[in-house]
Amino acid sequence: MSFSLPLEKYTHSISEVTIGATSREGGNCSYAVKVGGESTMPYLLKDGSEPHRAVVAMEITDIIPEEWPQALKEPFKDVFDKPGAWASKCLKDYGADLICLKLQGAHPDFGNRTPEDCARVAREVLKTSKAPLVILGCGDDEKDSQILPAVSLALKGQRCLIGDATEDNYRTLTATCLADGHNIIAESPIDVNIAKQLNILISDMGMPVDKIVINPTIGGLGYGMEYAYSIMERARLAALSGDSTLACPFICFVGQEAWRAKEACVAENISPNWGSEKIRGVLWEAVTAVCVLESGADILIMRHPEAVKAVKTYINSLNKKAR
Amino acid sequence: MQIIGELINGMYKKVGNAIKEADPKPIKALALAQIEAGANCLDVNCGPAAKNQVEAFKWLIETIREVTPVKLVIDTTNLEAMEAALQKEPQSIINSTTADPQKMKEVFSLALKYNSEVIALAMDKKGIPRNKEERLELAAGIITYCSQIDFDLNKLYLDPVILPVNVAQAQAGEVVEAVRDFKILSTPPPKTVVGLSNISQGTYQRSLINRIYLVMLIEAGLDAAILDPLDKNLMQAMITTELLMNKHIYCDSFLEAYKNK
Repeated sequence: MSFSLPLEKYTHSISEVTIGATSREGGNCSYAVKVGGESTMPYLLKDGSEPHRAVVAMEITDIIPEEWPQALKEPFKDVFDKPGAWASKCLKDYGADLICLKLQGAHPDFGNRTPEDCARVAREVLKTSKAPLVILGCGDDEKDSQILPAVSLALKGQRCLIGDATEDNYRTLTATCLADGHNIIAESPIDVNIAKQLNILISDMGMPVDKIVINPTIGGLGYGMEYAYSIMERARLAALSGDSTLACPFICFVGQEAWRAKEACVAENISPNWGSEKIRGVLWEAVTAVCVLESGADILIMRHPEAVKAVKTYINSLNKKAR
Repeated sequence: MQIIGELINGMYKKVGNAIKEADPKPIKALALAQIEAGANCLDVNCGPAAKNQVEAFKWLIETIREVTPVKLVIDTTNLEAMEAALQKEPQSIINSTTADPQKMKEVFSLALKYNSEVIALAMDKKGIPRNKEERLELAAGIITYCSQIDFDLNKLYLDPVILPVNVAQAQAGEVVEAVRDFKILSTPPPKTVVGLSNISQGTYQRSLINRIYLVMLIEAGLDAAILDPLDKNLMQAMITTELLMNKHIYCDSFLEAYKNK
């Protein structure tokens, strides 16, 4: 008896978001990156298509990230004080698809950088790297409302992806991104209902759905991974069946969550049974990335070059096998 | 859920007059208003006003097509008018046939010819059935006939036939159960549809009765309803019921979200 694979056909697809503007489009990037467009659940490429591969953005900061564990600092120690060079290193040496600049130095507790200063750093990163950029605030709502508009204006027309907008604080960022032609990250706390609500609020302000990327918030391996997985799966199923308010690509902060786990960074001399922390952290980040890829992630924000390398190989093999 | 707007019907004075005077404005306005309110199909019925049914249908369809491409439901018992309408719009839903063999033969052969969908009423020459069992028997007859002539069951809508609650109160519950049980008659299960406003015909609380009854029917698995989409409370009740049935993901603005769906 012959076996025919049961196929699921969906009526709708995820919107396609373009990050970065080349000189032809009035920007300074040497290339642009497209994400989204899926018409199937992750990697079921017989059911539908995934026109764009998942991409990896490597995270850099405008100040030396003191809280990063030693294993994570090691590969970047020569470029920590030069965000432009740091970005170039991620692209040229480590194969990042795009750069994620976190303006941590603007935080009142970490240097309180001025909006002008932040804008200067962002411009420098773009100028040196010529890569599509993801720009993140410092996490302090009040300060972000000052720095993000300044950075957005400085990079007007470069079609960056700027975040994060939250349910309580989305107006300023939405208006800013709209004015300067950027995409926006909509963040919800592992909650599909809030993700949907926030997308409605943002699009009510006139932002087209194909300029919104959902940050569903994830937990690293061992810290709520399965919960994040099911939320992403539920949102994606609804989107593919026609709920356009959830039909946006996902961005997942893999590095940040993975390296937060004690299992990723506790030193071997403290926990000898766990083996070398140099390998452990990399594995923790790579495995977290693989899980979110399988639940539909489109953009991974990662930190360690070895983890990036492993995950990029994995993305390629997934696409090859499925085709 | 499929919302079939019922307002383009010659029984309404405004529509009747528009047909008589060939005035396209009220028809276009009604088509657009219903779609704006959430209808995804439009029922078209020229009613008693038209002297020439065939011409009236052609004119109505042309008029509606000037403003919207949505699916139409051709609501007539006149076969000639039905075919004239299908020639213009083959992808429509025919409303309707009864379970009478002769009537089914006529209507389904048109549907096969034009590749249209069909609403089939669970009633025959003997009249409207008295309970769920009689409805199921008639529905089974319709499905058997469809299988015999190779009519795609995905294109069939079964209508259990609603009676006004002030005339036949016991029937309301029977119809709800019929909607539930029609689903087990075939694979794929037949779709179900009702002419909702019938339930409140002649009552003093039409909107309230329509609204509560629609909620009951959706819970039983109803797929489509011919109704007045301009009744905002009715539409909100429908959206909320679908939400509670887990057909949409909850968010605080779920009523607005339904529109963007």
